[in-house]
Amino acid sequence: MATKLLASALRQTLNKTPASSSLHRCLSTAAALTTAPPSQNDEAMTIKGLKISARPLYLDMQATSPVDPRVLDAMLPYYLARYGNPHSRTHLYGWESDQAVETARSQIADLIGASPKEIVFTSGATESNNISVKGVMKFYKEKKRHVVTTQTEHKCVLDSCRHLQQEGFEVTYLPVGNDGIVDLEKLRGSIRPDTGLVSVMAVNNEIGVIQPMEEIGKICREFNVPFHTDAAQALGKIPVDVDRWNVSLMSLSGHKIYGPKGVGALYMRRRPRIRVEAQMNGGGQERGIRSGTVPTPLVVGMGAACELAKKEMGYDEERIRGLQERLLNGVRAKLDGVVVNGSVERRYAGNLNLSFAYVEGESLLMGLKDVAVSSGSACTSASLEPSYVLRALGVDEDMAHTSIRFGIGRFTTEEEIDRAVELTVQQVDKLREMSPLYEMVKEGIDIKQIQWSQH
Amino acid sequence: MLRQLASKRLITQRIQILPRFYHEKVIDHFNNPRNVGSFDKNDPAVGTGLVGAPACGDVMKLQIKVDDTTGEIVDARFKTFGCGSAIASSSVATEWVKGKQMEEVMTIKNT
Repeated sequence: MATKLLASALRQTLNKTPASSSLHRCLSTAAALTTAPPSQNDEAMTIKGLKISARPLYLDMQATSPVDPRVLDAMLPYYLARYGNPHSRTHLYGWESDQAVETARSQIADLIGASPKEIVFTSGATESNNISVKGVMKFYKEKKRHVVTTQTEHKCVLDSCRHLQQEGFEVTYLPVGNDGIVDLEKLRGSIRPDTGLVSVMAVNNEIGVIQPMEEIGKICREFNVPFHTDAAQALGKIPVDVDRWNVSLMSLSGHKIYGPKGVGALYMRRRPRIRVEAQMNGGGQERGIRSGTVPTPLVVGMGAACELAKKEMGYDEERIRGLQERLLNGVRAKLDGVVVNGSVERRYAGNLNLSFAYVEGESLLMGLKDVAVSSGSACTSASLEPSYVLRALGVDEDMAHTSIRFGIGRFTTEEEIDRAVELTVQQVDKLREMSPLYEMVKEGIDIKQIQWSQH
Repeated sequence: MLRQLASKRLITQRIQILPRFYHEKVIDHFNNPRNVGSFDKNDPAVGTGLVGAPACGDVMKLQIKVDDTTGEIVDARFKTFGCGSAIASSSVATEWVKGKQMEEVMTIKNT
């Protein structure tokens, strides 16, 4: 009798607890992020301490983009059946792989108005930027010791320049105006006889402004200085033509144009030929510029993505512009104190960087957990400083902390935009209620006059 | 004895080792902040403190209503411009000071 009672009690308590393996799973770091503790609601998942009811709306297209299903279709055969190494010269697997790589090369070249012989595959735009900046300067290091770039470049360009500075080169970081556009006169004034490279990104990843590429190209041609541009955000979104822009080097990225991650390309002009010192040494693949097996499926994916982008650029651009207006008007209709960071005219439509006055960016992001967006605010960076791009724009410090970047892409729908507007307005209102700065402004106090005591 | 063992298991089960991100309590205080608002600044029973700077990304205004006769803090309100943890910690601070004496609350520390 007693044992029966004990057994039933044991059964009851054991059934109440979920499988004990979940405790062990939580201890393993590999499973820590994927394990959801048992919750009442089956659809809810808890990650990072937040309970999310469903996957968030994705509005962060500048960070990365989903792979287009058509691109995936093009890639799969090269994983499963045609898996040869493109550098194997002796059998069919190698030959067909090589053929696919060459097709992809011409697809990419087509999109930017170049010849396939001028495209080198890399592991991404970061590697291409490294090769461009460090490779060019190290090749011409006897005669050319100076680099001109802007303050709003991507971190990989700025870090490469810093590395060059440590090796004894000189770098000029050009300031930008309030609209994010580089001043052409300042650019002209900063070029010296020993300038080896001018590097200006075509479309900025944080604020989306489009630099005056043709004019910069003209200036570089005048002074006969190689012109490098980081076109990772520009490819497939705005018309890119290497001859019109007069670029000598262009960095391209696969995963920003609905292609796979882990692949990119570098355009290197042949007439006049630009030479670089290779940063990856090895078997001499990719004409000695970048050794290493070319990843056929990834490259095929990038090629397919470029071909699609060429066909659909016009349609995408129109649609995305409509969605951007819908987003901006929707937010402006319900909130005041909304500022667009960067030029409104010279801007890629799919990037909308907004600052909401009197509200802090990280708390806004935390509240917008059902929308995947990004912020340039301090709490999301390791230091207390806001994003360097916003600072370069001359944005006021209190506004620099409040920026949110909405990225709209090929697969964004109107419903997603409407819901994002709704959630943003709701969260901003709630935070403004809690904000002492908003209260002071409502009372008529001028915040700029206050002497803050830092601590 | 088996029941004791079984219930011990239950307790250990509850200890979830979350990755090092915001604690549930912080999220709770952020989503449902307690005591948001303001008192009348000119009320003699109300004390107001304003610290921080927008440049640092953190501004906090804390107001307490003190009972003159007993020196006890009867009510508190806060408003914060800052990230999730700033809002949560302000909210927690207002909870902690309520019902305490003014000297007592000086011992509340960050640690």
